[in-house]
Amino acid sequence: MITKSIMIVGVGGQGTLLTSRILGGITQEAGYDVKLSEVHGMAQRGGSVVTFVRYGEKVAEPIVEEGQADVLIAFERLEALRYAHFLKKDGVLIINDWRIDPITVVTGVAEYPENVIEDLGKKHKVYTINAMEEAIRIGNAKAFNVIVLGMAAKHMDFSKEDWLKVIEKTVPSKTVEINKKAFLLGYGD
Amino acid sequence: MAEKKIMLGNEAIARGVYEAGVKVSAAYPGTPSTEISENIVKYDEIYAEWSPNEKVAMEVAIGASISGVRAMASMKHVGVNVASDPLYTASYTGVGGGLVLVAADDPGLYSSQNEQDTRCVARAAQVPVLEPSDSQEAKDFVKFAFEMSEKYDTPVIVRTTTRLSHSQGTVILEEREEVPDKKYERDISKFVMMPAMAKGRHVYVEKRMEAMAADGSSFPVNRAEYKDTSIGFITSGIPYQYVKEVFPDASVLKLGMVHPLPKKMIEEFASKVDKLYIFEELEPVIEEQVKSWGISAIGKEIFTRQGEYSANMLRRVILSENQEAQPAEVPARPPILCPGCPHRSVFTVLKKLKIHAAGDIGCYTLGAVAPLSVIDTTICMGASISSLHGMEKAKGKEYIKDWVAVIGDSTFMHTGVNSLMNMVYNQGSGTVIIVDNSTTGMTGHQDHAATGKTLKGEIVPAISIYHFCKAIGIEHVVEVNAFDLPMLEKTIKEETARDAVSVIITKSPCVLLKGNVFPDVCAPIPEKCKKCGACLKPGCPALTRKEDGSIAIDATMCNGCGLCMQLCPFDAIGKEPKSC
Repeated sequence: MITKSIMIVGVGGQGTLLTSRILGGITQEAGYDVKLSEVHGMAQRGGSVVTFVRYGEKVAEPIVEEGQADVLIAFERLEALRYAHFLKKDGVLIINDWRIDPITVVTGVAEYPENVIEDLGKKHKVYTINAMEEAIRIGNAKAFNVIVLGMAAKHMDFSKEDWLKVIEKTVPSKTVEINKKAFLLGYGD
Repeated sequence: MAEKKIMLGNEAIARGVYEAGVKVSAAYPGTPSTEISENIVKYDEIYAEWSPNEKVAMEVAIGASISGVRAMASMKHVGVNVASDPLYTASYTGVGGGLVLVAADDPGLYSSQNEQDTRCVARAAQVPVLEPSDSQEAKDFVKFAFEMSEKYDTPVIVRTTTRLSHSQGTVILEEREEVPDKKYERDISKFVMMPAMAKGRHVYVEKRMEAMAADGSSFPVNRAEYKDTSIGFITSGIPYQYVKEVFPDASVLKLGMVHPLPKKMIEEFASKVDKLYIFEELEPVIEEQVKSWGISAIGKEIFTRQGEYSANMLRRVILSENQEAQPAEVPARPPILCPGCPHRSVFTVLKKLKIHAAGDIGCYTLGAVAPLSVIDTTICMGASISSLHGMEKAKGKEYIKDWVAVIGDSTFMHTGVNSLMNMVYNQGSGTVIIVDNSTTGMTGHQDHAATGKTLKGEIVPAISIYHFCKAIGIEHVVEVNAFDLPMLEKTIKEETARDAVSVIITKSPCVLLKGNVFPDVCAPIPEKCKKCGACLKPGCPALTRKEDGSIAIDATMCNGCGLCMQLCPFDAIGKEPKSC
């Protein structure tokens, strides 16, 4: 099998690390060689963060580079735009339709771009969800990232049952139910 | 079947430490090394501690090694500078039980103040360096490092980088090896490094390095992969993976030991390939040595000394492929202080009073950039206090009346204490603000000597920063709630005006610590809002201005610290319960 490349991008503090752990778990469950690369430290304080996941028969490089991602999962609109050029030509872009202003916008140095989703839709296969609103609706804002993951899961080669099994193993025990619910909501089931 | 697990590089290092039968581990947190200790602590067989700084950690490990057990220290690259004093001499003494230092470099500067290469330190200290390429090797190399340490009577450095430390890969788990303690015997020619003895040990050090260089050609960590010999790479660590990605059919000499170099093996490899590239991140450590042997190779002529390498870099530089899609022009998103961060409150007051700050290493370094723009300098751990003192001695007391030093509690315990003692001893008059958030924040919340809890989770007496300052003879030590703006302003005015050393300890726990201190979130009261923007000035990421000029507060981000409420002149911000 050719190595598959997934990226998760967002704003530090949005929980990209948990999502990447679930992704790592499912690829291992399926018996693939997997490498994940994460950002810790200073960028986690509200900066732009990115996690790379690559899986296949044998994976060498731990990072995904420009033009190589099969699936790009963006937890925030501006971050989707920042990393969209990492997608392959036929890559899939999953966007949480949510806006977090970077400090450069707050201080008026830069402007938050308009029509991000429409513009990206002209170049890429784009799927969007306002996962934050959905997560608040089901009772835990923090579960939004698993809703987005659920939506992305539709574009990967693992069964729903395997996903749920891995979520159960990965997330803290008291959040298993809410995370399963969140996943299924994103998965559309 | 052996158990397989996906492990972070740092987690795999910890596993290797466990399997190698290590009994003592000491460290000071620093990205990207922190998770090594955080994983070691899960093994009950190992005593593990956070030491106040890297020099202490190294010395704890050295002592444990002298007593006969396997011991290790771990730290980030700049921590190795702090630990270099004991390291350079431990190179001379050699070891009792195996002694390993894991040093984590940060090419690409993900979370550091410089991009130094630990291999350069290792060459100067005459200590061997192993460099793994993935999580499995991280575990295996740590175990080999302990064997080498005992066989060649030397400390061994295992060098990792951010990309390796923070990448996960599959690791096969093995059992812990119970290594019998070495018998301690008094031997002052080995363990007391005064001139007469050190002369003798220096001779040994040279012999040892030569022996390892010779034996290195048959070490399992060094491997020649012969394929197409028209092109060959000498590489190590993570860059090896980029070579395999782009040139799967090229010949590769993969060096697991990057100091000392296995000369015979390298000469043989070089003689068999037509075109030789040396592909190493940061400094040309391998390249300069190989070229000095008269071997022709291509290295830093085409590969940069800066930042992190990638497969696309190889494609671009060697294959002249430029297939990269262009990035969109988007606003930068630099890291910022979290919503509810107590540092923001302190910086808001300093900014109002137009005070310059000599800064230090921690989350509060982010106070250097707009909109806070309060921190003027950041050098290294502890430098805020001593550099402020230097300014005063250069320019006089009046010059620093609108200056303070800003340092965190963990950084203060690390090396700030020495600087403060100097200020007292040499009759400075600076004002030091210790922004005490009860944790080591930036690296992800590690305890230290002033938090009252150890790495193992034991509750211990917390060292009082207040009483420490008093005990070294500082008369003016004031504790202030970090969110009490009027009191902060009054205190900072009073203390900076004083002609004596003063310390202001601003207290409020990091908002990310468990047990959030603020139960409610802030919410605008639109009918009272005059759209003046006073609440926006500190740059809290939860606050934005709406199109009509009024304020929106993102309830999912707000931590309810109330700084914006205090700054609003019209009482147009209130509090409401958290929705979820």
